[in-house]
Amino acid sequence: MTVRVQAEDFDIGQELSKLRLANSSIGALVSFVGQVRDVNDGDAINTLTLEHYPGMTQKALEAIEIEAKMRWNIIDSLIVHRVGIMQPLDQIVLVVVSGAHRGDAFRACEFIMDYLKTSAPFWKKETTSHGERWVEAKISDDAAKARWIK
Amino acid sequence: MKIKVLYFSRIKEAVNYSTEDIDLPAGISTVTALKNYLALRGDIWTNLFNGKQVVRAAINHTLVDDLSTINAGDEVAFFPPVTGG
Repeated sequence: MTVRVQAEDFDIGQELSKLRLANSSIGALVSFVGQVRDVNDGDAINTLTLEHYPGMTQKALEAIEIEAKMRWNIIDSLIVHRVGIMQPLDQIVLVVVSGAHRGDAFRACEFIMDYLKTSAPFWKKETTSHGERWVEAKISDDAAKARWIK
Repeated sequence: MKIKVLYFSRIKEAVNYSTEDIDLPAGISTVTALKNYLALRGDIWTNLFNGKQVVRAAINHTLVDDLSTINAGDEVAFFPPVTGG
């Protein structure tokens, strides 16, 4: 299980290949990529800045990976989350889960993203033609997380 | 009891700094009590910590609820609901 929080962009192909080739018992590789949209709440987005809590982010993301590994039969997982200033079409986050079969890998990948959205300490600030504004948390994200609470 | 307090995102911008050391009076030992104590500073502090805004807390890098206990030497962080991903 790996977590990386970084300003630099990432190469999806390289990251997937690395995880896929690491273990010959892998039969399924599921990934999610989040990218910066050009419109939010009706306004064109110029830039998106990701702030985080450096001391806590790594620990919070590792805790999510550990929880996923306990709940599903998966082999490995990777979370790469970028911080700093980004623009529309830039990649923000990558989650990859490997497993013997697709079912658990799909579910674990969705679980990791739903928990990341609601419990990892990142905050988005966007600039539009009206100036800067902090992005509001979405109730739909809490609902997505609630689906997994046992 | 001495603790370290960190602020993030819009809360950091509102108070205009990111970290401070606080020597808490006796009896303030939960997140709720600390929020109420900060709200007594007035102005923006009252607006932030009087309970009308959702302010999440972490103690020593773990998300906690408002009933959680604060101990000497803890790092307590306050921030709005997260919006990563």
